[in-house]
Amino acid sequence: MPTILKNVSKEYAQGKKVLDNVSAEIKTGEFFVIVGPSGCGKSTLLRMIAGLTEISDGTIKIEDRVVNDLPPKDRNLTMVFQSYALFPFLSVWDNVAFGLKARQNDAAKIKERVDNALKMVNLEEFSDRKPRELSGGQRQRVALARAVASDAKICLMDEPLSNLDAQLRIKMHQEIYALQRKLGLTLIYVTHDQVEAMTMADHIMVLNDSKIQQVGTPTEIYNHPANEFVASFFGVPPINLMNAKKVSENIALVNKDFEVELAQTIEEENFRIGIRPNQLQVNKADELHANATIKAVEFLGDEKIVHTEMNHGGVISVIVASEAVFDPFESIEITCDDSSKALLFDLDGNNITETQGVAYNA
Amino acid sequence: MLKTPATSEVASEKKSVSKKKFVFRLNANDKYFSMFFLGPSLLLLGLFVFYPLFKTLYISMFLTDTFGNTTVFTGLQNYVNLISSADFMNSLFVTLIYVLAVTVLTITMGLLLANLASKKLPGIGIFRTLYSMTMGVSVAVAAIFWLFMFNPSTGFFALVSNALKLTPINWLTDPKNAMLAVIITTVWMNLGFTFLILLGSIESVPRSLYEAAEVEGASSSRQFFKITLPMISPTLFFVSTITIIDAFKSFGLIDLITKGGPTNATNMLVYRIYKDAFYSGNYAKSSTEAIILTVIIAFFTLIQFKFLEKKVNY
Amino acid sequence: MQNIDEKAVLKRLMTYVVLIALALVILAPFFIGIWTSFLPTMSIAKGDLFNTNLSLDNYIAALTKTPILRYLANSLVISTITMIAQLIFCSMSAYAFVFLKFKYRKLFFALFLVTMMLPFEAQIIPNFQTIKSLGLLDNYAALIVPFLTSAFGTFMLRQSFKQTPKELKEAADIEGLNHFQFYSRIVLPYNKISLITLGAYSFLGAWNQYLWPMLTTFSNNSRIIQNGLKQLQSEETFNDWGMIQASAAIIVIPTIIVLFIGQHYFKSGMNEGAVK
Repeated sequence: MPTILKNVSKEYAQGKKVLDNVSAEIKTGEFFVIVGPSGCGKSTLLRMIAGLTEISDGTIKIEDRVVNDLPPKDRNLTMVFQSYALFPFLSVWDNVAFGLKARQNDAAKIKERVDNALKMVNLEEFSDRKPRELSGGQRQRVALARAVASDAKICLMDEPLSNLDAQLRIKMHQEIYALQRKLGLTLIYVTHDQVEAMTMADHIMVLNDSKIQQVGTPTEIYNHPANEFVASFFGVPPINLMNAKKVSENIALVNKDFEVELAQTIEEENFRIGIRPNQLQVNKADELHANATIKAVEFLGDEKIVHTEMNHGGVISVIVASEAVFDPFESIEITCDDSSKALLFDLDGNNITETQGVAYNA
Repeated sequence: MLKTPATSEVASEKKSVSKKKFVFRLNANDKYFSMFFLGPSLLLLGLFVFYPLFKTLYISMFLTDTFGNTTVFTGLQNYVNLISSADFMNSLFVTLIYVLAVTVLTITMGLLLANLASKKLPGIGIFRTLYSMTMGVSVAVAAIFWLFMFNPSTGFFALVSNALKLTPINWLTDPKNAMLAVIITTVWMNLGFTFLILLGSIESVPRSLYEAAEVEGASSSRQFFKITLPMISPTLFFVSTITIIDAFKSFGLIDLITKGGPTNATNMLVYRIYKDAFYSGNYAKSSTEAIILTVIIAFFTLIQFKFLEKKVNY
Repeated sequence: MQNIDEKAVLKRLMTYVVLIALALVILAPFFIGIWTSFLPTMSIAKGDLFNTNLSLDNYIAALTKTPILRYLANSLVISTITMIAQLIFCSMSAYAFVFLKFKYRKLFFALFLVTMMLPFEAQIIPNFQTIKSLGLLDNYAALIVPFLTSAFGTFMLRQSFKQTPKELKEAADIEGLNHFQFYSRIVLPYNKISLITLGAYSFLGAWNQYLWPMLTTFSNNSRIIQNGLKQLQSEETFNDWGMIQASAAIIVIPTIIVLFIGQHYFKSGMNEGAVK
């Protein structure tokens, strides 16, 4: 049975909406990521699902039951917090057993579940330690074990990895993903990190400005973003967004600097175009043909990012092969040889690319 | 781009119902819990703090018989009488002198000790322990130790002056010296606590500030005045107000050492309140004095709160 | 180079000299008191303080001829009960202010703050009458009941409880803990240090009471040690300095020992609770 959010809103002070009309369906057993910049309301949404924050408007249904009025404990879910919420005065084992004890399970069952959970996150030897004697990654795992030990089938996670360093984060991505698959958990995961969302999610909900921007699979979201915000939120370096002007039926002048032949006919006179950094080409050019100047070159190992300033203003990033030699202040010409993946937006930022045709509002 | 959900009448009705229910759930629970958690303290404070406050205020506006029953309403006459009484003004004056001296001495001594003991030297822990020792000394014990020091015939000071062929000081019979004796004893008692708090505060000043000053060649006295003092000023303020408030409330040492004498030289506010009520049976006068004490204490506590408010958010 | 070294050593030496001198001055009354407690009263009266005729006679006399042990026991019982009561009631009201939402919460908290501004010393007359009419005069209860709770303790614990991470409350909510369980299983253990500090503070407060017990107790059955010492010093043993000093020593030595053990807690707690 899915979890269904219907027209959910949250308003703190009168007229100040933190969440506006959020609707979505989270399927049982899926990895569902809620992503957005800080302050977009994603944590509030998660807390509303958990029952920690009141709902101002709308309904939340978990497994066919409207839970608006249910206290958190009756919603049959667990939660992993950003700060882990470990009890500093309890040992690792007791921390994991905490919820089970609170729900008055019998001792044998608690022991079995806790031992099992600790084994699953490789913390068996640490069961007698106090949280402060553990490293950040280990603490994170205790928090995971707590969720694993619970018999709840829905697990909520609120930026669980944001306190870890980059390497550990990647490792934990894999562990969380493996656990979710193994236990068949419905995992609702909040993050501000688009990479986390892309690598783990079955479905992603993108929130910005208190509103849903798009819900879809990672592929849908990357290839067919609903609007400029979604397009620019995913992908490193971010997509290049520029003003464009219709020249003829399918040819557009981008930023007054170069022309692109599009795979569709254009109706708008003025519009916006988004081209990812790997879909552009850079060539050295003389003053006459150049349309941009190099500002900086970043070497990333197997590729380079060239940051350029267009002649008519605006900054564009292009990914080039790592062997290519470019230097700051060089005059160059930027072109887009294959524009089949270029995204078109109207002046309000909505996607008007014809190829979209995918239900991004699923 | 986004589906705009149609808000049907049914939906909006449903949501308003559920909203009410939710609020009800939260508050209904908390109401009974809060009665349970807060009730006992509230009841006790009501009985032993608020009721006495109003009762004292009430009595202070009446004349009373020797049993403390109110007889004639006199309004503010008791206050007028007090303020125009040289005797009471003397009490107020000696209390102020005492508070001022105790506060200044306690803070400077505490600061001196704390600054010394904050140095990283081998064996400094022993000195820290020794300096904080007076914290374990209660009123009566302190009074006994010092009474022996001050004793005119067998006391330590008397012995020392005898040995040095000096005229012994009449510690407890001369009005000025009696005040000094009470001040010394109070400061001595305060010292342990003040020292510990100031030491803790000095130790929490980041080392890097001193290292930076060291690099620039600042002398240690300069470091004390330019780094230590400003950095610990919140604590210093806190300790000062506590010392002031405590000094205004002094009773035990006075009763034990001088009994307000000689010739009222150490007859401070609280001692007066006690004497007027429980010796002279003048409850109205005593209550009036109590209200004046309350106003003074409230004033200093308020200053402290105002300051704490800036430091902590409550 | 050597010059600098010498200077440093000299400076260090000076520091030690000052440290020791100050320690001597501060502890003089203390040491003299303890020293004379071992001397015969006759020698003290003659001013012969450098006698080496030390004995425990004064201690034996104090313990056997005076009710000092009774006073001590009274103080211990009263201070312990006061401490436990304050820990319970202050933590409960602090919990209400931090974790419960109820009508007039701000108003009630303001009342507590106001309470902190009101000196108990100014309210002795009505309180004396209350205790008298409750029939509690010259009874342990007279010294305990008015101090079962304290606004300061509530305020201090509230500051500490507020530092309890919000996520712990949320985690407890998800597991379905009610307020009693959250209070006893999480808030109290999480704020252990502040509770220890308040415990020490309230114990010492009760131990050091003077004015109130002087008014409300008048027999050895309920008199606490502070007033008991005064009784000894002013009454029968008027000039028996040796025994008086021994009585003082009997009281002060245990407190000093407790203080040494608890110093670490006390210092950190004080700074945390009070000044932050």
